[in-house]
Amino acid sequence: MSDHAQEHWDLIIKPKSLILEFKVKELWMNRDLVLMFVKRDFSTVYKQTILGPLWFFIQPILTTLMFTVVFGNIAKIPTDGIPRTLFYLSGITLWNYFSDCLISTSDTFIKNANIFGKVYFPRLVVPISVVISNLLKFGVQMILFLVVYMYYAWSGFNIHPNSTLLLLPVLIIIMGILGLGLGMIISALTTKYRDLRFLITFGVQLLMYATPIIYPLSTISPKRRWIMELNPMTAIIETFKYSFLGKGSYLPEALVKSCIVSIVFLLAGILIFNKVEKKFMDNV
Amino acid sequence: MGNVIEVNNLGKLYRLGEIGTGTLARDINSWWAGIRGKENPNKRIGEINDRSVKGSSEFVWSLKDINFEVKQGEVLGIIGKNGAGKSTLLKILSRVTAPTTGEIKIKGRIASLLEVGTGFHPDLTGKENVYLNGAILGMRKAEIKRKFDDIIDFAGIARYINTPVKRYSSGMTVRLAFAVAAFLEAEILLLDEVLAVGDAAFQKRCLGKMQDISQKEGRTVLFVSHNMTAVESLCNKAIFLSNGLFEYGGSTKDVINRYLQENVTDVTKRVFNEEEIEKQKGAVKTKSIELVNDHPQGLFDVNSSIYLSVTNDFLSSGQFVLDVQLYNLEGLMIFNSCTPMTEFSTGIYTTRVAISSNLLNNGNYVINFAVLDGNLALLYQLRHVLAFQLHDNPEGREIAYLGEWKGIIRPKLKWEINKQ
Repeated sequence: MSDHAQEHWDLIIKPKSLILEFKVKELWMNRDLVLMFVKRDFSTVYKQTILGPLWFFIQPILTTLMFTVVFGNIAKIPTDGIPRTLFYLSGITLWNYFSDCLISTSDTFIKNANIFGKVYFPRLVVPISVVISNLLKFGVQMILFLVVYMYYAWSGFNIHPNSTLLLLPVLIIIMGILGLGLGMIISALTTKYRDLRFLITFGVQLLMYATPIIYPLSTISPKRRWIMELNPMTAIIETFKYSFLGKGSYLPEALVKSCIVSIVFLLAGILIFNKVEKKFMDNV
Repeated sequence: MGNVIEVNNLGKLYRLGEIGTGTLARDINSWWAGIRGKENPNKRIGEINDRSVKGSSEFVWSLKDINFEVKQGEVLGIIGKNGAGKSTLLKILSRVTAPTTGEIKIKGRIASLLEVGTGFHPDLTGKENVYLNGAILGMRKAEIKRKFDDIIDFAGIARYINTPVKRYSSGMTVRLAFAVAAFLEAEILLLDEVLAVGDAAFQKRCLGKMQDISQKEGRTVLFVSHNMTAVESLCNKAIFLSNGLFEYGGSTKDVINRYLQENVTDVTKRVFNEEEIEKQKGAVKTKSIELVNDHPQGLFDVNSSIYLSVTNDFLSSGQFVLDVQLYNLEGLMIFNSCTPMTEFSTGIYTTRVAISSNLLNNGNYVINFAVLDGNLALLYQLRHVLAFQLHDNPEGREIAYLGEWKGIIRPKLKWEINKQ
């Protein structure tokens, strides 16, 4: 044997890890696990329910109906001249993706304490797989949106899709990143401060009203619009509506800002997540 | 062969008491003290983890100053009482939790089977769960595919692979889970108490598989168990943890003997004082009573003989009978044995009786001692005068079975096998 000091060790377990450890290689090694989790999440949600996968459609349909009745017919909030059903459905489809990503990553540690307490794999696998399985769900709900959209287009309503449609993948990625980042930050904090768990659903709901889902951005006076633009979701929703329906405000700078904010949240999320990952078992 | 695991100065501090309340206030408190350059009022001072003694610190060392190494292909047994730190050690090794001090260096892939069925989803079928569980334990999909038939075959559940796991019996779940883990391609395997489940036949298969893993495949196994019989026959080395400290390490036999000796609650000798002797009615006084054995380390085990010796003072001559009763913990009398009616003269006698080896089963026993006069009337009885634990020893077994040997007694009987 050669020099003992230069022996190669595959793994060294130490009290603390480096702050910026992204573990990309480790994550890549576990790509099969990500897919397996996605499959599990996606296929077990509606097991043993009578309607099964139909629930993917029922949820947004019911919410849209409710919004149409409450905010449209009763409160008479304008929709920029877009058919109400289409207006609400587009907002809800998009918002659901973001809020599902956020809410289901936010209890990563608590929900998986059982597995995390027994086996090691990069913990990031779980939030990433959550975002991917929500992406699938979003894809399914997008089909519903497109069907409704086609129907209105066929019936000759005032709908103008345009070239900003090409931005759709970017919008989806930004939302995913934002939901993942925020979710990870919250998941890491909830291991210590459980109270956050109760605040999260309430907070997400509140955030929805601060995002132009049930009202168009144009109803906000230009003076106060900057407040709305602090919310990174605003630009995403507005761009989406603009690209499909030709109404709404498409603001490239706001979209770039959203993009930057999302990436900052993602990096912060990974940072905090990695820090908590190592010792959360002692706190849960 | 070189070391595959090196553990240096490993320590793990745990906080006791209720976790979660007042943490925000505490965190702000620590942070504020830090800003003013003062010492953190919530600084962690650890104490040795002795559960029975109420400590002053909120923090205890679940593990402290642990050092050991494991060579390739070794099967290391980790033994110790509940709370000795065995599971914490495995948790740190499997990276479930981080150590507070020290480091561990590892060569090769490490896989743990800390509790079977980790990550099994009740709604998924057996087949889906094999893939999921395998992936959780670190296997690639292709790898699982390759071994799928072997896994199902080993678990013996071929008929149920397309049934959701929630419809399985607990035995089937465990078998499937063990099978997945047994076919892992990790170089180092951590096992904790998996043998406590499953029927005898499956236990035997598990042990056989573990022997294959360590001896034929040259893999390294760390094995935590309370089943000394299994540890003794599977492991070639062992370490003994006590209250989070490294107590002893070496060959399995030595470590187990040491462990058993430290956990004795036996009362093997009683010397009576004058006051106690006064209370004994009649002319025969019992001065002392003692149990000894012919085991090299002085342990009571099923393969060694036990001798009971009594010292009596006869104040007057006459006919007497000395009587011994042996009870198990459930209060069942295993036997009652007495001297023949004997004529004793005045003076001190020592009487000795041998309880032969390979007669009693392992377990805990209590002894009653009685003296009867010439008319077989009871003079007095010393109830629960001695107590001892008879340990199991796999060496004496006829077959390579390592589970619990049932039966009230365990006599070695003479078998005659003739071919016609």
